[in-house]
Amino acid sequence: MKFTRRDALALGLGATAASFLPLRAMAATTDEVIAAFTGGADIAEGGVSLTAPEIAENGNTVPVSVDAPGAAAILLIATGNPSPGVATFNFGPLAGAQSAATRIRLAGTQEVIAIAKMPDGSFGKASQTVKVTIGGCGG
Amino acid sequence: MAKGVKPRVKVPKTAAAGDVITIKTLISHKMESGNRKDSDGNKIPRSIINRFTCDFNGENVIDITMEPAISTNPFFEFKAKVPESGEFKFTWYDDDGSVYEASKEIAVS
Repeated sequence: MKFTRRDALALGLGATAASFLPLRAMAATTDEVIAAFTGGADIAEGGVSLTAPEIAENGNTVPVSVDAPGAAAILLIATGNPSPGVATFNFGPLAGAQSAATRIRLAGTQEVIAIAKMPDGSFGKASQTVKVTIGGCGG
Repeated sequence: MAKGVKPRVKVPKTAAAGDVITIKTLISHKMESGNRKDSDGNKIPRSIINRFTCDFNGENVIDITMEPAISTNPFFEFKAKVPESGEFKFTWYDDDGSVYEASKEIAVS
């Protein structure tokens, strides 16, 4: 069999697609990550505030902060990342305020969601769209 | 153990009893996400710090679970209540099992 340039290209593309498949299957979806955190409970809007830039030039370090007065934990999700979970903040008895700031990676323009878990078992949510000029997840 | 890991923590030296203070922490770590590829197209394996905790005199202030989406050199800023003089203890847990620690004294006047 003659191995043409076209064959080689097709083979290469197929191999690339195949190598992506297991990754996609393994990465939990946004809904799954939320369900794991809330246990399927209803989520109300508000109760938590999320501060993120509207436009992030560099997706490698996007400063975000979350604030949810009285919350027990806050889950941060980047819906457009290869794996949507970003971080979970659990506040202990000596937390001075239920707020925290950090820097995160965003693969591209997407919605960032913060979900706060209240001590009474209710959940609050806030989201913001961040425009990303240069993605920060490599690959 | 990842190379060149150096924790840096900023805590005020003194505070009034019951005060809420702001703490900033930064640890130098490359936080390899596991999604990047090297020049030969091979995946670079994931190597991140997956958990950070802060305690004051044995009582928990904050406990953060991290995913690969946290940037290189993870930075955190948060608030803590200071009921008495004591020591803040900061702990970072690496994927490879290493534990990095730092501590800071604070005096209540």
